[in-house]
Amino acid sequence: MQLVPYADSSRWRLVLAPVWALAATLVLSALLIAWAHAPVGRAYALLLQGAFGSRFAWSETLTRATPLILTGLAVAVAFRARLFNIGAEGQLYAGALAAVAVGGLHGGTGWNLPVVILFPAMLAAAALAGALLLLVPALLKTRFGVDEVVTTLLLNFIALLLVSLLLDGPLKDPGAMGWPQSVALNPALEMAPLLAKLRVSSGLLVAVAVALVVYVLNQHTVLGFEMRAVGANAVAARFAGMPVGRVVLKTALLSGAIAGLAGAVEVAGRTTYVTLDMSPGYGYTGIVIAVLAGLHPLGVVAVAIFIAGILIGADGMSRTLGVPTYLADVMVAIALLAMLTSTMLARYRIRWR
Amino acid sequence: MTPETVLKLTGITKRFGPLTANQSISLQLQRGEVLALLGENGAGKSTLMSILFGHYVADEGSIEVFGRPLPPGQPRAALAAGIGMVHQHFALADNLTALDNILLGTESLLAPVSHRGPAAARIRELATRFGLMVEPDARVADLSVGERQRVEILKALYRGAKILILDEPTAVLTPQESTALFATLRSMLAEGLSLIFISHKLDEVLAISDRIVVLRKGELVAEMPAARASKAQLAEIMVGRKVTLPARTDHAGHAAEVDEPPLLKLDRVTAAPESGGRGLRDFSLHVAAGEIVAIAGVAGNGQDVLADLLSGLLALQSGRIEFKGGPWPASPRALVQAGCGRVPEDRHHAGTIGDLPVWENAVLETYRGDRFAGRGFRNKPAAIRHAEKIVAEYDVRLTSIHAVTRTLSGGNMQKLILGRVLLETPQLVIVSQPTWGLDIGAVAYIHERLLAARARGAGVLLISEDLDEIFALADRIGVMHEGEVTEARPTSTWTIASIGLAMAGAAVEATV
Repeated sequence: MQLVPYADSSRWRLVLAPVWALAATLVLSALLIAWAHAPVGRAYALLLQGAFGSRFAWSETLTRATPLILTGLAVAVAFRARLFNIGAEGQLYAGALAAVAVGGLHGGTGWNLPVVILFPAMLAAAALAGALLLLVPALLKTRFGVDEVVTTLLLNFIALLLVSLLLDGPLKDPGAMGWPQSVALNPALEMAPLLAKLRVSSGLLVAVAVALVVYVLNQHTVLGFEMRAVGANAVAARFAGMPVGRVVLKTALLSGAIAGLAGAVEVAGRTTYVTLDMSPGYGYTGIVIAVLAGLHPLGVVAVAIFIAGILIGADGMSRTLGVPTYLADVMVAIALLAMLTSTMLARYRIRWR
Repeated sequence: MTPETVLKLTGITKRFGPLTANQSISLQLQRGEVLALLGENGAGKSTLMSILFGHYVADEGSIEVFGRPLPPGQPRAALAAGIGMVHQHFALADNLTALDNILLGTESLLAPVSHRGPAAARIRELATRFGLMVEPDARVADLSVGERQRVEILKALYRGAKILILDEPTAVLTPQESTALFATLRSMLAEGLSLIFISHKLDEVLAISDRIVVLRKGELVAEMPAARASKAQLAEIMVGRKVTLPARTDHAGHAAEVDEPPLLKLDRVTAAPESGGRGLRDFSLHVAAGEIVAIAGVAGNGQDVLADLLSGLLALQSGRIEFKGGPWPASPRALVQAGCGRVPEDRHHAGTIGDLPVWENAVLETYRGDRFAGRGFRNKPAAIRHAEKIVAEYDVRLTSIHAVTRTLSGGNMQKLILGRVLLETPQLVIVSQPTWGLDIGAVAYIHERLLAARARGAGVLLISEDLDEIFALADRIGVMHEGEVTEARPTSTWTIASIGLAMAGAAVEATV
C-alpha cells in the first residue's frame, strides 16, 4: 500500500472530508449499537432527542460544551503555533484551584471585596495559574528543546496530585465530612444561569467571547500572524526575523490561560467547588475538538457543541435502551479517527499493489 | 553490427488531474549510446524517469527493455531488468561504509552468511575497470561529494545495470571532477552500457551525448543527433522562445569611492554551524557598493555557514564583521531594518511559508513596521497592495495572491522572494544559490534583477555553485574550500581551470 499525493489541490475534496467522516462515524457506531442488541434507528433518534430535543436537552448540552469550547480553544491556539499542549486537563485544574483560592469561602482568601473586583480577580487568577503551568514546559522547549508533548502530558498527573494534596490540606472543605472536595466558591461569584430554571450558565458566553477574541487575534493581529507563521514554518519565520522563541512563549501563556479559564468557568458556572473528578477529561477531549475543528476557533465552538451533544445524548439513549454509555466515548473516538482518515484521503490517494 | 535497441518507450502518457506530465512520449536507446534528456523544470523529465523506474504507473504506453516488456509500477523489476539510476540527491546511508551501501538490499536478510569478501573483490574490480576509485571500507560520511557519486554509480553497476540514468550528475562536482566522471562514462560506453543523461547544462550535453531529446510541457518536441545541435538552438527549443541571458557590463566609477568603507567587511571570521560540521576558518572578504562579489565552491565547503552568518542566523566565534564601517546588525530583523536584503538558498523552507497565502509571504520580513501594522493590529489592505506591487513588478505568475504559496512554481516563488527583498532597496544583498533548479527563463530574469540592483549601487554577495552564473554576474570571485576562501579577485583573472583547482583546494595564489 502506498500513499500518493493528489497532483491537483482540489478544494471540494477537503470540504467534503468532514461529511464523509460524519457518515463513517454514524455507520461504524451503528454496527456497535446493533452489536449491543439495540435498534439502530431508535438509538440515534434517542441520542438526538437527548442532545437537542428540548430546552432541557439544549441546556445540558451547552453546559457540557462550555468547558469543551475553552479547552478546545486552548489546544487550537497552541497547536496552530506547533506547541503541542496536551496539558489542558492539568491547566484546567490549576485554574479551578486558583479560582476557589481567590473566590472561595473559609480557606479561600476570605477577601471581603466587592464582586466587581473579586470576580475579575478570580478569572485572572485562574488564567494566570493555567498560563504559568504551561509556561514551564514551553520554556523547557524553547531553551533546551525538551519535547512538550511529554512534559505537558506528565504535568497533568502532577497537577492532579496537587489538587489531591490541596483538597486534603489548605483548601479542604471542613463541612464536607471527609469527602475530598474544596471549599465552595462565594455564592456571589457564581455565574448566573442563562435561562430560567436551567443549568446552562453565562460561562457559555465567556467561552464564545474567547472564541471570537482568538479568531480576531489569529486573523487581524501581528501576534496572531507570528503564531501562524511560526507554526507553519519556524525556519522561514526565523529567517524572516520573527522572534520564534518569544512567540512560542506568548502562545503558551495564551493557551494555558484559556485552559485555566475553563477551570474557573466550571467552578463558577457549575460545580461551585473543586473535586478530583471535576473534569471527565475535558482537557483531552479539547484535543479531539481542536483537531476536528481544523484548529479554527469558531469551528471549535461548533464541534464542542456537537461532541457535547453526543456525550449528553448518549446518556438518554443508554438509559432507555440499556446500551453502555461508553458508546459515546467510542463514538467521539471514531469521529476523530474518521476525521483524520478522511482529511488524509482528501490529500492522498491510496495505491494498492 | 547493427545497433541494438536496449530500451524502448512507446506512447508514454501520464496525467496528474488536469495536468499532463507526459504526452505520448516515445523514445529508444541503443546499446553503447548516450541519450541526453533535456528540458526545463516541470517539462516531464522526472516523471518519465519515475515511470521507467517503476515509481509511477503510466496511464498509457509501454516500456520494453532488451526486447522484453517491463511490468509497470515495479522498481524491483526495473532493477532486475538492468536499469540503474544515480539520483541528484544521493540515496546513501551516511554512517555505513561504501561497501555496506553498495551491498545494501542485494543480500537476503535471511542469508546465513554475508559474502562480503567476494563482493568487495568484485567492487574493486569494477572500480578499477571504470576508474571509480573509492575506498570500500570508508564511511560515506567521510567521503567527498564526488566520491559519494562514485559509490552511487558502483551501486548501480554492482547490481548489474546495463542502462544507467544519471540525473544532473555534474551539478555537485568541480569542473575537474566532471571531467573525471565523463572519462568514467566513456569507459562504460566502451563496455556496452547505455546511458541516459539528464541535465540542463547545454555545454555538457553537447560534449557527452550522441543523441538529444528535448521535452517541453510534457511533450517530446525535438530529437536530434548531438553533432547537429547548437547551444542556442537547444535553449530555444527547451524554452519555446528566444532567451537572451543578461550580461554584466563593466561600469566605471567605483574607483572614485575608495575612501568609503566597504558595505560589508569580514575580517578573519570564524564560525561553526549549530549542528557541528564544517564552519568558516579565518574568513576575510569585503563587498563594496555597486559590485557583485561571488563565492564559488563545491557544495558543503562552508557556504551554508557563510550564508547563515550573513543572514543573522548564526553568531560568529571570532573575528569581526562590519557593515558600512559600523557594527554588524547580527539578527535577521536588525539586518532587514539596516538595509541588508537576504535571499536564502532554500526558497521552499527558509524563504517562504508554503501554507500561508502569497500576500502574507510578501510582508514576511516587514509585517511589523508602520506600513503594515499599527497598535498590534495588521493593516491587511496595505499588505495586499504591497503584494500586488511585488507580483506586478517582479512578474510573479499566480492565480491569486490569496493562493497558498506552496502552489507557486520554483521560479515564481523565487521572484516573490526577490521582489520582497529588492523592493526595500537594500544597500547590501546576500544571495544564496538564487537560480538553483530554475528554468532558463527564470534564471535570465533573476540575473537581470541582480544586475539592476548592482547598477543602482547595491553591493551583492552571490554564493553559488553554478560557475556559469558566477562568470556571468560577478565583478570579483572568491573560491571557498573547507571553510576558507581565496582572495576575491577580479573575474577576468580567473579561468574555469583555475577556479576548478581552487575549488579542489589547490593553492592558486601563485598563478596570478
